[in-house]
Amino acid sequence: MRRVYMDHSATTPVRSEVAQLVTGYFTETFGNASSVHAYGRDARKGVENAREQIASLIKAKPEEIFFTSGGTEADNMAIIGTVMANRDKGKHIITTQIEHHAVLDTCHYLEKQGFEVTYLPVSDDANIDLNQLKNAIREDTILITIMHVNNEVGTILPIKEVGQIAKEKNIILHVDAVQSFGKIPIDVNEMNIDLLSASGHKIYAPKGIGCLYLRKGIKLSPLFFGGSQERKRRPGTENVPGIVGFGLAAELAGKEMEAESIRLTMLRDKLIDGILEKIPESQLNGSRTKRLPGHVNVSLRYIEGESLLLMLDMKGIAASSGSACTSGSLDPSHVLMAMGICHEIAHGSLRLTLGKINTEGDIDYVLEVLPEIVEKLRSMSPLFNSMQIENREECSKCTLTK
Amino acid sequence: MYTDKVMDHFSNPRNVGEIDKASGIGEVGNAKCGDIMRIYLDVEDNKIKDIKFKTFGCGAAIATSSMVTEMVKGKTIDEALEVTNKAVAEALGGLPPAKMHCSNLAADALHKAIEDYKSK
Ligand SMILES: Cc1ncc(COP(=O)(O)O)c(C=O)c1O
Ligand code: FES
Repeated sequence: MRRVYMDHSATTPVRSEVAQLVTGYFTETFGNASSVHAYGRDARKGVENAREQIASLIKAKPEEIFFTSGGTEADNMAIIGTVMANRDKGKHIITTQIEHHAVLDTCHYLEKQGFEVTYLPVSDDANIDLNQLKNAIREDTILITIMHVNNEVGTILPIKEVGQIAKEKNIILHVDAVQSFGKIPIDVNEMNIDLLSASGHKIYAPKGIGCLYLRKGIKLSPLFFGGSQERKRRPGTENVPGIVGFGLAAELAGKEMEAESIRLTMLRDKLIDGILEKIPESQLNGSRTKRLPGHVNVSLRYIEGESLLLMLDMKGIAASSGSACTSGSLDPSHVLMAMGICHEIAHGSLRLTLGKINTEGDIDYVLEVLPEIVEKLRSMSPLFNSMQIENREECSKCTLTK
Repeated sequence: MYTDKVMDHFSNPRNVGEIDKASGIGEVGNAKCGDIMRIYLDVEDNKIKDIKFKTFGCGAAIATSSMVTEMVKGKTIDEALEVTNKAVAEALGGLPPAKMHCSNLAADALHKAIEDYKSK
């Protein structure tokens, strides 16, 4: 059976160049980067090289990059670390309703600690209103934390404009760039970003490695205490294999970004157009134009996401959904809810995220298999009445001819 | 995460559809995740001659609907009333803890359909 992996926003395979490099750092260059001997020095060299590779991808300085265990830790460290270091200046944080839980749950925690948080609402295509951001800013606002690209619906948020506002008001800006890092251009200076989170496993590096960019001069209280690694900002023996793998993956992502984003945008648009054309009562979730290359999220009415994923899986296709039935909490995706999408339509949401390994043949295969599966599930659905659709089509046709 | 039995009933669901002029129809909604299940009965001489279902829900919801229809087809009304949510889940070789609520739908929809039949 053909197997098609279309869940690259969840995670990616480690690319072979990276896997090869990482293996050497497990078995041969295994030293502790803090050791004085040759083993240690070689490991240190690898770590510092990776720091440069990552910094150059976002136009930062190497000493502004701090390695972490991933995106979640970088988000926690950025948000908690900043507000703790600035609590004498104020207690107000601004974020959005569509952040990843690594940001949202951190904000909820801080609310319990006495901080106040404004969660900006979003439009029906998951974008923020800059005027609402401006109006939300208070005297005591100490941090704005907004994601660059939404992981569920792929919308690209206007970070450059947010950065402008943050700079004018002299407020620290943190950006969760886990979904955009290595995929679309980021320039921390041009965008006025003070802190930025990134993660390795979304860009073909191993899981469990990420980093925080921290602009020179921005105060940050550490979350961990121990050794002097990462200049005491993040103590603990460095994950050297992960770090060097992340560095190489970032460098390669930078080199391939332009060509790969053109290719993925083309595949993405073919997939979106194909689905909307072949499947009646389907809709695109998120922005059509301000959208991450390779990111597709559609809602297919009258069906439920988990059963859809199981059927796709039986055909070798790996995807994800924002349906309540797929979430541990049995609540539909908070992102789709914030966009004002009703429960029933959120149920039928399907996320297909493309990456390096996908080809045009994969798109054709999904477009061949998906409509059959949708039809099968709709025939089982009490919400779906095939008569209804025919009638509706007739109606739209006759209004057209009139 | 699902047993082979669940996957079997999910991928080849038994008795999907509707019954014209049904003797009883039962519909329940799942308060937890917002899903819907509908069961149609054709009763003759106090026996369930035919039964069909339609479900909008997860894999577990579809599998339990299919299983419950299989369990009671050909049974008397009294026998069908004895089928519990637990029995349906057990017949499927168990469900993951987070999915136990889905099995509640099936027996509840069946009992509602029987109530509807009795009230006619
Ligand atoms: C937007 C966003 N932020 C944070 C994370 C968490 O990153 P990690 O899995 O590296 O902890 C993810 C990953 O799903 C993400 O998509
Ligand atoms: S029907 Fe929603 S979780 Fe089973």
